[in-house]
Amino acid sequence: MASQTKMPASDRKVILVGNPNVGKSVLFNALTGAYTVVSNYPGTSVAVARGHCEISGQRYEILDTPGMYSLLPITEEERVAREMLLLEDAHAVIHVLDARNIERMLPMTLQLIEAGLPVILLVNILDEAERSGMSIDIPLLQEKLGIPVVGGAIRNKRGLKEVRRAIAECAADDLPSFGYSSDLEKDIAKVATTLTEDYRLDLRALALLLLQKDEEILDLVRSSEGDNFERVQQAVAETAFEHRFDLHLRISLERKRVCKGLLAETVRQPDNQRLRFADRLSAWTTNPWTGFPILILVLYFGIYQFVGKFGAGVLVDLCEGSLFENYLNPLVVSLADRFVPWYWLRELVVGEYGVFTLGVRYAVALVLPIVGTFFLTFSVIEDVGYFPRLAMLVDRIFKKIGLNGRAVIPMVLGFGCDTMATMVTRTLETVRERVLVTLLLALAIPCSAQLGVILGLLSGVSGALLVWTVCIVLVFLLVGFLSAQVLPGERPMFYMELPPMRLPQFHNVLVKTMTRMQWYFLEIFPLFIIASLLLWAGKMTGALEWLVRGMTPVMGLLGLPADASAAFIFGFFRRDFGAAGLYDLQEAGLLTPVQLTVAAVTMTLFVPCIAQFLMMKKERGWKVSLGIFLFVTVLAFSVGWSLNVLLLFSGILS
Amino acid sequence: MKNSSKAEDILEALWIAVVEEGDNSISLQDLQVSADDQPLVELVEQALIEVKGARVYLRHSGRLEGEKVVRRHRLSERLMMDIFDLKGANANNKACEFEHLLNEGIDTKICTLLNHPTTCPHGKAIPPGPCCLEARKKGGTGVVPLTELKVGEEGEIAYLSTEDPKKMQKLMSMGVLPGSSIRLSRTFPSYIFHVGNSEFAVDEQLAQEIFVRQP
Repeated sequence: MASQTKMPASDRKVILVGNPNVGKSVLFNALTGAYTVVSNYPGTSVAVARGHCEISGQRYEILDTPGMYSLLPITEEERVAREMLLLEDAHAVIHVLDARNIERMLPMTLQLIEAGLPVILLVNILDEAERSGMSIDIPLLQEKLGIPVVGGAIRNKRGLKEVRRAIAECAADDLPSFGYSSDLEKDIAKVATTLTEDYRLDLRALALLLLQKDEEILDLVRSSEGDNFERVQQAVAETAFEHRFDLHLRISLERKRVCKGLLAETVRQPDNQRLRFADRLSAWTTNPWTGFPILILVLYFGIYQFVGKFGAGVLVDLCEGSLFENYLNPLVVSLADRFVPWYWLRELVVGEYGVFTLGVRYAVALVLPIVGTFFLTFSVIEDVGYFPRLAMLVDRIFKKIGLNGRAVIPMVLGFGCDTMATMVTRTLETVRERVLVTLLLALAIPCSAQLGVILGLLSGVSGALLVWTVCIVLVFLLVGFLSAQVLPGERPMFYMELPPMRLPQFHNVLVKTMTRMQWYFLEIFPLFIIASLLLWAGKMTGALEWLVRGMTPVMGLLGLPADASAAFIFGFFRRDFGAAGLYDLQEAGLLTPVQLTVAAVTMTLFVPCIAQFLMMKKERGWKVSLGIFLFVTVLAFSVGWSLNVLLLFSGILS
Repeated sequence: MKNSSKAEDILEALWIAVVEEGDNSISLQDLQVSADDQPLVELVEQALIEVKGARVYLRHSGRLEGEKVVRRHRLSERLMMDIFDLKGANANNKACEFEHLLNEGIDTKICTLLNHPTTCPHGKAIPPGPCCLEARKKGGTGVVPLTELKVGEEGEIAYLSTEDPKKMQKLMSMGVLPGSSIRLSRTFPSYIFHVGNSEFAVDEQLAQEIFVRQP
């Protein structure tokens, strides 16, 4: 198996590029089928999907890049996407664009052609464009552009055959070039002639990027040109000074002019587009008066009813209550009793903290249904195009806690799995925002598994759920507000494209949900096993008892019974483990309403699970993640202590 | 007649306190002057201010004169920031020196050069001068930030003024380019606008950087 991960040299590489939301991943899945490997790009933590396909006997490796708006990168992901274009030796680069926005996206095709890359243009989502009355003359566009152009709607498999053929026939020998205005061309030539070394990029493209003050390209040229670099820099500076006008803007305008010419006869658009229902819905979601009620509806039906009641209730009862309790557990236990004579091994497999009775049961029966239903809801909401609108709606509120609306996406994802959400924070633009979101995820966002158990726990006691919610929201806002004041860095800016709203596509939703479930299962399942192994070892050696006893005074301070400390220890292995431990305590009737509420609040705020901590370390480094760890621990117990005092003093819940 | 720089500074502080912050007067101590200081006497003689006991009051004619001084100060701040690209304390000091050079006539020229700005770099309103009112009356082809448009209004993007090249780059790569037509469809809680067939949401700071020419 290990040898298969190394690509044979004969595999030709095909790179998919384009704006976000144009259907790159759909094309990727259509080309590669089920054989997808999601891996991090070397040296970075940005995920890149790799897969294979075979066209007329030739194997191709397909690489799906993160969405990018132009060849000049701004975010980490765009930087990676460009690096792939510059460093991977591509057989073909497929630029995927949205037919409805062809005028806006075509300039990037020009950039890619300029860069000397073997570009194939895929005008995707043509069906929706045609439905709105637009028509695009694909053959004419191909003739004018001078590169292979395919029109299609990959979601419905339209155009897929043509794309495959274009890949097979792709030959990057004769790329067209597009003339800019003569003075810009003169400037480009002036800079290009100062370059003496060999580059993968076309000299003209390199000169253009230099004129646009691209820092990475500047570094690249500095290191390859050596002494000559001075001359290059001089030429760039002179050109910039001669015009006293932002060159980037000038080049963008030139590209726009060229594209206008290319599209003049190719694209016909109706002048007056009628207001579709989707546009009206979009307007409702962005109007605060209707938007917040819609948000509440989404949360109520999507999260509370579907995830909370159906996932955490019906499905968990079915899996845990019936399947495991009645059939699997007795079966495995009796098998173990019959065939395993050694006490320690029996304990390891089917004991109190057994790999099967605890690890597998929790992972499969308790957590999976909850996480699965959450991911399904999340994928539907994502596919509809609701998140950018939600981001816009909460932007003003998020500004108060030092974030911009964009951060709402990792936050919402955090309600599914904080570990995955921590990974997604890298799509935020500044380090400051990433640290803030990581902190808030670790502290105040309970993951779906934990949320499910806590909702179940507290719903039995009237008022407890309200106290819990108020506590968590207050801590979230207060910590967000204060840390925004403390953390240095620039104020975040918010801008986002709002993709058109549409009905969720069954296939898309399914693929997205399955990918997330797969990730979750691969990443989380081993941890459940490790956790139960550690707990077993702890029980066998007595270390667990020692730890639990060590925690007991802390529990006493919070007014909790000594047994609760076991739940907190478990909590670190999986957040939901801890909550489930509380569940057992409550079932046994060991907790009063006050104790239950205090324990639930402390547990929610308490240290993230071990998986999330490892992800924090990976994304933010030791210093930041340990700092967050300590801060969260201290804060969780302080809040728990204060809440206990407050509840006992005021007599609420008792 | 032209007042000394010190007198102008007193008038400016008094105008801001009275007109913008709503005090009825300001104490001599706050102004850091004593009742017999020459600049103060100068202003009293022109009937611009009145000194009663330890407090200084703004008179009606002082109100008009003060507005002009504040206008000159804030215009010169804009000039320092936008044209000379000076920032922070340096810009402030230079603006304070510069404002006293902007007698009538010169402030009009600078105001026109800056395209009749409405706020100073700190976000405070610049009192409009006759040139601004006239430009507004002629109206029509004025270039205004996106934030000045009303919902449903359309225009053509004239230029992007953002100083952070990354932000400008982002706007441009999304297709928000000078020459494109733009339609504003929402202003709260954030700004939503259409360019071509696409819809974008930006916050107020970014919306202020997009300048639109109205038909």
